[in-house]
Amino acid sequence: MCLGVPMKIKKIEGKTGIAELSGIEREVALDFVPDVKVGDWVIIHAGYAIQVLDEEDALETLRLLEEAFRVSGKVQGQ
Amino acid sequence: MDKILLSHGGGGKLTRKLEELYLTYFENEKLRELDDGAIFDGYAISTDSFVVNPIFFPGGDIGKLSVCGTVNDLVSMGAKPVYLSLSFILEEGFLIQDLERILWSIRKTCDEAGVEIVTGDTKVVERGKGDGIYINTTGIGKVLMPELSRERIKPGDLILVNGPVGMHGISVMVAREKLGIEGKIESDCAPLTFLLSLPPGVQFMRDPTRGGVASVLNEVVKGMEWGVVLYQEQIPVTPEVSGVCELLGIDVLTVACEGRMLLFVEREKADEVLQGMRRHPLGKESTIIGEVVDEPGVVLLKTPFGTHRRIEPPPGESLPRIC
Amino acid sequence: MYLERFRDSEILSGLAEKIKKYRFDRAINFMEVCGTHTVQIHRYGLKDVLPPNVRHISGPGCPVCVTPQRYIDLACAYADEGFLIVTFGDMLRVPGTRSSLEKKKAEGGKVEVVYSSRDAVLLAEKNRDEKILFLAIGFETTAPGIAATIREARERNLKNFWVLPGNKLVPPALEALLTSDVKIDGFLLPGHVSTIIGRKAYLFLEGRVPSVIAGFEPVDILYGIDILFSLIKDGRCEVLNAYGRAVREEGNEPAQEIMYSVFEVCDSEWRGLGKIEHSGLSLKDEWKDFDVTERFPVDIPEPVEHPGCRCGDVLQGKLTPPECPLFGKACTPENPVGPCMVSTEGSCSAYYKYG
Repeated sequence: MCLGVPMKIKKIEGKTGIAELSGIEREVALDFVPDVKVGDWVIIHAGYAIQVLDEEDALETLRLLEEAFRVSGKVQGQ
Repeated sequence: MDKILLSHGGGGKLTRKLEELYLTYFENEKLRELDDGAIFDGYAISTDSFVVNPIFFPGGDIGKLSVCGTVNDLVSMGAKPVYLSLSFILEEGFLIQDLERILWSIRKTCDEAGVEIVTGDTKVVERGKGDGIYINTTGIGKVLMPELSRERIKPGDLILVNGPVGMHGISVMVAREKLGIEGKIESDCAPLTFLLSLPPGVQFMRDPTRGGVASVLNEVVKGMEWGVVLYQEQIPVTPEVSGVCELLGIDVLTVACEGRMLLFVEREKADEVLQGMRRHPLGKESTIIGEVVDEPGVVLLKTPFGTHRRIEPPPGESLPRIC
Repeated sequence: MYLERFRDSEILSGLAEKIKKYRFDRAINFMEVCGTHTVQIHRYGLKDVLPPNVRHISGPGCPVCVTPQRYIDLACAYADEGFLIVTFGDMLRVPGTRSSLEKKKAEGGKVEVVYSSRDAVLLAEKNRDEKILFLAIGFETTAPGIAATIREARERNLKNFWVLPGNKLVPPALEALLTSDVKIDGFLLPGHVSTIIGRKAYLFLEGRVPSVIAGFEPVDILYGIDILFSLIKDGRCEVLNAYGRAVREEGNEPAQEIMYSVFEVCDSEWRGLGKIEHSGLSLKDEWKDFDVTERFPVDIPEPVEHPGCRCGDVLQGKLTPPECPLFGKACTPENPVGPCMVSTEGSCSAYYKYG
């Protein structure tokens, strides 16, 4: 129902900022992520950042999945 | 009462409906093919109109586009473009300076493609009756590859493309500042005459302009005994184009290219053709993206983990969406 | 970047193999509530991996699909009144009773597509002599942004900006589905709605139906389905979060605060589901001056729905799209009868496009 795209925050100016995804940039509103820092990855929906991504949680999920399913046995470190 | 919608010009199914309407009035053997042009006595003719907005965009402008569009249509018929006609519809108030910039760009592109402008026309309409500038070009080319035909395609043939797809459409979309997206995305707009001197093995060519790869492949397979499968991870897409597509929810396979050609090539000769393409600057990033299969009329995409889905032509103009 | 690994083909194949091996001793229906999940499932061919007696049904989680026809008729009426209609691209082709915004545009109506609701306010500021009407649709993911946009319109003191309220809430619709006669053995819950409302908003499902919040990358979806199947298999009616990187227990509280500073909960009409209590958002009294229907009331004829259209049954999972008599015949993406065919994420459109 809701297209949300992960983008990286490059610049913050008050309640808006510049977010980047593979070389493209767009101004985004930061009203809902008051603690966001430059370099954070956020989910953007219709021009608003709706959450800062929790990298630790993501890596933990990936570690579990890689342990279970990586046939080659290689688990990528971070 | 039914009216013309923008989607009628989008290259999708509504465009097909208009074509059927034209056929009811002008039915003849050549037009029935609904090709981008027609062949007669060893020559090919093709025509195209250009209404792009904005008229200047990264990697090109309406002038360059008006040459490339017609030149590439001729190339896809295996014809070497020789002469072009050039017609302008200008809106009162259009800047002469901008016109000169466009003329210069047309001149450069003609030189690159080896064609000459030999006739033309200019009309000026009242302010508000046009959008600055519209261009029509018609081209005549000498057929060098008369053997090219959809009928020659057979299961096992491979599908090649000469570089990343979707750059033109996305570059123009981004240049319309309303979306607020910034990024270095240049149109792929280029004349592709180099494709006429490839090693043998090419069966058929088609340029994926309006409606993109999805639209063109669906046209090509129509009524045929075979279908095509594309391999998702082999289709070249630049990171920037893929970024915009993700952000706006657009399928890159439905986005227009103006300097790309899909080539159907005999499997045994594909390697040589590929090497031939890569020797030219406009073919450096050529790759094999799919193959012809023994399934009538299907256009499928094979995902990286082995599942398949159908590729459908877009129902109309691509629009940014939130869902 | 680690996010790419959520598309890793080795993990995907592993998950797919695991999911294929689930065996249930009865027929199972699970519903992906969210339309974006529907699209991804079709786009990546994920339904190939479902075990034999499992059926996925597509839920009402497509804002375009559940927007009642009356809303489109109203938007068209305001276009006739000379408003500049500003909308997400999704709404353009949705058919109303007699017209659509795409057709209004062709007739000379002013319709502008934007990527963000904020763009509508920026448009209003640039074009002070135009009456700007933004179509406020979408679920909890979109509503906070629209609330922030309305606040910004007031901060900028714009007198030419209004909205047509139509935002909806997901949990009341789930409740309505559970009490309807559709058999649902599990919910795949919408990731980005959950980003805003948090896992806690679904606690009413605990003890009633196994549910898993899932993200949208292919790995996220299969991972979510895997967990959901294990819950169903063990008969555990819990609500689990498989999208931890974007969904917190409490959701996004600043977003909720901004949303409820402007909106309040109201009853709302859902296409196909009818009126659902407390399932919509209307403007609070102090923000009512932004509601176009308050400031410029218009009269429109009663909407007439296409008699054959079964979108309502499709939205409730009572019918799969190909079972509708209009599917692929009278109703196709370029000539849609019902909203499920028009929206890119509508289940009919997804079935039609990806087969």
